[in-house]
Amino acid sequence: MSDTPTKPRPRVGLFATCVMNAFRPSIGFASAKLLEDAGCHVSVPAAQTCCGQPGLNSGDEDSALALAKQVIEAFEEFDYVVGPSGSCMATIRHDYPNLFADMADWRKRAEALAAKSYELLSFLTDVMGVTEVDAEYHGTITYHDSCSGLRSMGVKGQPRQLLGTVKGLTIKEMEDTDVCCGFGGTFCVKYPEISEKMADDKLANAAATGADTLLGGDLGCLLHLAGRLRRKGSPVKVYHTAEVLAGLADGPSLGEAPKEA
Amino acid sequence: MEFRSPEFKTRAVHALHDANLQKALSNTKAGFVVKRAQAAAEMPEFEALRDTAAEIKNHVLANLDHYLEKYEAAVTAAGGHVHYATDAEDARRIILGICKKANAKRITKGKSMVSEEMSLNEALIGEGYEVVETDLGEYIIQLADEPPSHIIAPAIHKTKDQVADLFAAAHNKPRKTDRAALVAEAREVLREKYFTAEVGITGGNFLVAETGSSVIVTNEGNGDLTQTLAKVHIVTSGIERVIPTLDDLSVFLRILARSATGQETESYTTFSTGPRRPGDIDGPEEYHVVLLDNGRSKMLGSRFQDMLRCIRCGACMNHCPVYGSIGGHAYGWVYPGPMGSVLTPLIKGMDGTYDLPNACTLNGRCQSVCPVRIPLPDLLREIRHQQFRKDMTPKRQKQALKLWRYVAERPKLYHFAERIGVRILASMANGKGKLRSLPFDPGWTGARDLPAPTGRTFLELWQAKRGDK
Repeated sequence: MSDTPTKPRPRVGLFATCVMNAFRPSIGFASAKLLEDAGCHVSVPAAQTCCGQPGLNSGDEDSALALAKQVIEAFEEFDYVVGPSGSCMATIRHDYPNLFADMADWRKRAEALAAKSYELLSFLTDVMGVTEVDAEYHGTITYHDSCSGLRSMGVKGQPRQLLGTVKGLTIKEMEDTDVCCGFGGTFCVKYPEISEKMADDKLANAAATGADTLLGGDLGCLLHLAGRLRRKGSPVKVYHTAEVLAGLADGPSLGEAPKEA
Repeated sequence: MEFRSPEFKTRAVHALHDANLQKALSNTKAGFVVKRAQAAAEMPEFEALRDTAAEIKNHVLANLDHYLEKYEAAVTAAGGHVHYATDAEDARRIILGICKKANAKRITKGKSMVSEEMSLNEALIGEGYEVVETDLGEYIIQLADEPPSHIIAPAIHKTKDQVADLFAAAHNKPRKTDRAALVAEAREVLREKYFTAEVGITGGNFLVAETGSSVIVTNEGNGDLTQTLAKVHIVTSGIERVIPTLDDLSVFLRILARSATGQETESYTTFSTGPRRPGDIDGPEEYHVVLLDNGRSKMLGSRFQDMLRCIRCGACMNHCPVYGSIGGHAYGWVYPGPMGSVLTPLIKGMDGTYDLPNACTLNGRCQSVCPVRIPLPDLLREIRHQQFRKDMTPKRQKQALKLWRYVAERPKLYHFAERIGVRILASMANGKGKLRSLPFDPGWTGARDLPAPTGRTFLELWQAKRGDK
């Protein structure tokens, strides 16, 4: 691909989102593989924790500010910051500069970081020029557009384009694919009944496609939807898009029992 | 209008179990969304018009005193009267005074959300006036003794069968179920009211400063009859609804209907400029405009000024999946959905409105369709910040945030804690891959399982494999 000997490999700091780090390491490895295949040098700074979004969205601006500083310090040395989440990356890209409105030095650093922060799949296609992947997945998938990725980071065609090159995979679009699934961070525990209704609307649309697999680009939404599917006893599998694109969707899907058990 | 926002949570859950409401919502949800998308797609300059509309509003808001004075002068020159009402009580006093002076008995009303803000119907009826809502949706909910649940489709929560029952009971006529027959019946009942009412009250979608005209857009023509046939016409509107010129108006008329109902234009766009002039064949003898502040001037110059661009099209609620799940009544006051969740705390105060800005997933669909590009999610989040600063955030949540911050600011501690946490959860899952319940469940497992972690964090696996940093 863009891996010409004269061009230095871009140094990418992988933003390992807090939920991914705890719940789904395979998304991290899938991200690293896709980035390395695209010619990037991938690092995972150990000084990272959380982007600060829980505080920011709950009104606790101070905690968001403190965590934003930590992220800036941990990642500003890289050419790019890339994460497998539209939501966390939108916080870094769009919210960090605003957090430091009254602190000129930090604002500058936040803006510099924001400018080189990307959601994984759009980074692969839009920056690295990736047009296809070398992966196989035998199944019919439907893709949920997570809101932050879609509306704040412009992620829409990129995952579909790459999924279209996975051998054995068929894409079936669902109705209202761009409508929120009801996760919404703490919303899903503060208003669980409304969240449940929104999940059921989303899952009814997904089921209507006949797809055996539901994919998305934000693990929060996927945990919520997979959790609801498991509760209802549905056999539909849920993976992060990166897992399928990296050929790492051969293990148990989200909420599925490991095979040897 | 009664203020029931404090009951948001219970009313929302109730709404989720209301079969009629869910049927009504599912019937209509898709209609507005699909039609708006088509209307927007058919007009290449639609996105550019949204920018222009936002710019016009920003200009007006930066010079609101100037345009209000200009508008008032033009209304006065046309023979009308402008009244400024600082709050709902002030507005009621002004309007009751006008009605008393007119010796009114019967008052017809076109749709006006500002009049709901004023609790005007209650006040008029309390003084012995007969008040007849003439917008079909408003008429239906008046019969049902309910408040509107949507700003442009007030009876959207009612099914056709429910309307048939209401009409049969109120009109003393055989129950009809055919849509056209129901409309014809309402039309017949309302017709006589227009001719006999002394006062007609309408809203005002736009107030044009250069001409002193108030403009309403409707689909039923009821507003025209209300304002033309009564002796006295009272316009109720907000101080922020003034725009400079008729040219500016044309921008808004092109985006309002498309955003609201997906129509290219509404059936009626009606201009009122002063009372009947000598030689006019019809029109009211008196023309009054009551401009309501009710907290709007406090938004000017604040972080919420963008909210004053709102043209009340309803697109945000039509596209809001939370509104689509629970309908408008759960929000508990005049304005539901995203725009209402910003406006209600700002107008009614922070007390009792805690849930409104929080019952939102910040998915941004509202902002993506707002014709005047109001950053609704940012404004909702800003209210959450104010709630946090006022110490209104629930204690448990605040403690959780504090703990989270303490740990997240210390990467070593954080990763150590996460390593322990994922091991505990993985062992609790006991090879099933999921958890049905959690010991300190914040609300996750009521309706969903928790997909279990695999037992190792990404960072520890990565470091073991790559030894990176």
